[in-house]
Amino acid sequence: MTVMSTDFEVASPTKPWKLSSKQVATNAAIFFGSLLAAPLLVLVTPFAGKLGFALMFFILNTSANMLVSINRFGIKSISNSVASSLIYTATALVLLPLGSILFTVISKGFAAVRINTFTSDMSITQPDAPFNEGGALHSIIGTLELVLIAGLISVPIGILTALYLTEIKGKFSPLVRILVQAMSGVPSIVAGLFIYAVIIVGLGGQYSGFAGALALSILMLPTVARTAEEVLKLVPNDLREAGIALGGTQWRTVARIVLPTSRSGLMTAVILGVARVAGETAPLLLTILGSTAVNLNPVKAPMSALPLYVFDLMRTGLDIAISRAWSGALVLLMVVLVLFMVARILSGNRK
Amino acid sequence: METQTTPSSLASVAHARNLIKHESGSGLEARNVHAWFSKHHALAGVNLDFPANTVTALIGPSGCGKSTFLRTLNRMHEFIPGAAMAGQVLLNGNDIYATGTDVTKIRLRIGMVFQKPNPFPSMTIGENVLSGLKLAQIKTSNKDELLEDCLTRAGLWNEVKDRLGAAGGSLSGGQQQRLCIARSLAVKPEVLLMDEPCSALDPGSTLRIEETIRHLSDSIVVVIVTHNMQQAARVSDYTGFFLSDGGPGQLVEFATTSDIFSRPKDKRTEDYVTGRFG
Repeated sequence: MTVMSTDFEVASPTKPWKLSSKQVATNAAIFFGSLLAAPLLVLVTPFAGKLGFALMFFILNTSANMLVSINRFGIKSISNSVASSLIYTATALVLLPLGSILFTVISKGFAAVRINTFTSDMSITQPDAPFNEGGALHSIIGTLELVLIAGLISVPIGILTALYLTEIKGKFSPLVRILVQAMSGVPSIVAGLFIYAVIIVGLGGQYSGFAGALALSILMLPTVARTAEEVLKLVPNDLREAGIALGGTQWRTVARIVLPTSRSGLMTAVILGVARVAGETAPLLLTILGSTAVNLNPVKAPMSALPLYVFDLMRTGLDIAISRAWSGALVLLMVVLVLFMVARILSGNRK
Repeated sequence: METQTTPSSLASVAHARNLIKHESGSGLEARNVHAWFSKHHALAGVNLDFPANTVTALIGPSGCGKSTFLRTLNRMHEFIPGAAMAGQVLLNGNDIYATGTDVTKIRLRIGMVFQKPNPFPSMTIGENVLSGLKLAQIKTSNKDELLEDCLTRAGLWNEVKDRLGAAGGSLSGGQQQRLCIARSLAVKPEVLLMDEPCSALDPGSTLRIEETIRHLSDSIVVVIVTHNMQQAARVSDYTGFFLSDGGPGQLVEFATTSDIFSRPKDKRTEDYVTGRFG
């Protein structure tokens, strides 16, 4: 059976379903034409300003695309082309504030970032000292510690809660679901107050990273539990039945088949949980208090975190300190980005 | 164990059907069709004509590219990320891959029935049948008549006429598949592609669907991918045998179904239809 390997006409792969270069050129011409024509229309109509420009651009672009689409595929394709326009516009509207925030933080924060931002703390530095003195090391360490401890507490509880809801389906499921939903609505300052009242006032504990991590866990838990529940619901029931039919106990089936199947989704649940708490400030004010020196011990003495670093520096009202605060915001974004990348790598390394 | 099926018994089944049909119109033609999944060359150089009012069966072992070929025929192939193709598919002489072709109209004219029954869970039986009209915004004057006609042609009318308002998912697997066939018929396609439509069904449902296919070939072109050679012999006028030798899948032999099963020209076809490998 080796005779047939090349007895066909040779051809090279094509993708006829992609837009032809002429169509791409038409679409680009419409886009840039609308971009150029919109200011003219703003001049001759009552519409004014950036909003008027955006509206004019949207109207021009959509109607031109509609005409082209009618020309290509007939009158019935109007709805398709209008829907596409709306979707692209909505996408732009969502990306605009995101891009704007990123741009502001990066441009304002970058000016104050030096090597020492990552290597020294503020214990012997005044907030308005030059940027090549002091740094955010104590806050970076604090944020990493807080997120790690909060994750260690709330990820197992969250996933076990989700397993109770999807695998055990116990008779308390509706109640648990309502409680988790209610918990996700708890304001973060209330979580902080609760831990303050119980741990620090009630049990006579001290301001510490652990107290802060407990407060963050209260916020992280419902996010992890709800996302994990949705993800576990997506695992086909056939797989559970197959596992049980092979003689596995329910626990073995869950541990060996259900959880690995939803691995990347569970990692998404963890990422969303981290995103929920990494930037929290209010509960930390009441639990870790804030500090200017590196504190590696999570159960003793106040510590700092990046949101607190930003908050404290902003509150000074000094120009240099405010610049330093922006650098703290930039470092926080970078830390979160690194955490997400690590999580993605961890969740994708086996397939 | 099942008794060994000899090629001659299959051929006689095929012969028993009156094969001589008028070949009017040009139907569907594949011209040097290739298909790729990213870098993987899955299908190479297929030339095949599907004349009007005929049933063509595509047979071959798993992974030989027959389903891929079927999906190039109504441009479903391109939904797979990284997919690419070459060649032409002519519907009544017009290349469906030509620039400026409205692909939704193409899929309206070339319908498809999938391996697993997939009635829309949010719709009733009646709504399922008419869903294609809704999706394509086609207006009909007499919906009840169309509903009855499609369900009758799919061999399902008598079983569901009293519960058209029930959910599509409440039917048995075989009934669901016939519902999907009825759904495909409602938009009046010129070609119906079927990707192993009976592989998950019991013999009774299979028989009904085969009867349906035979009736359909009075008016439209049917292309059916099947692993069941008896089925190919029972329903098809022509049969194409696909094979991959580790490289891209190719069409090894195409002939009338009785020739494929009684006088295959290629040794590999003979080995496959007699069950010596595959």
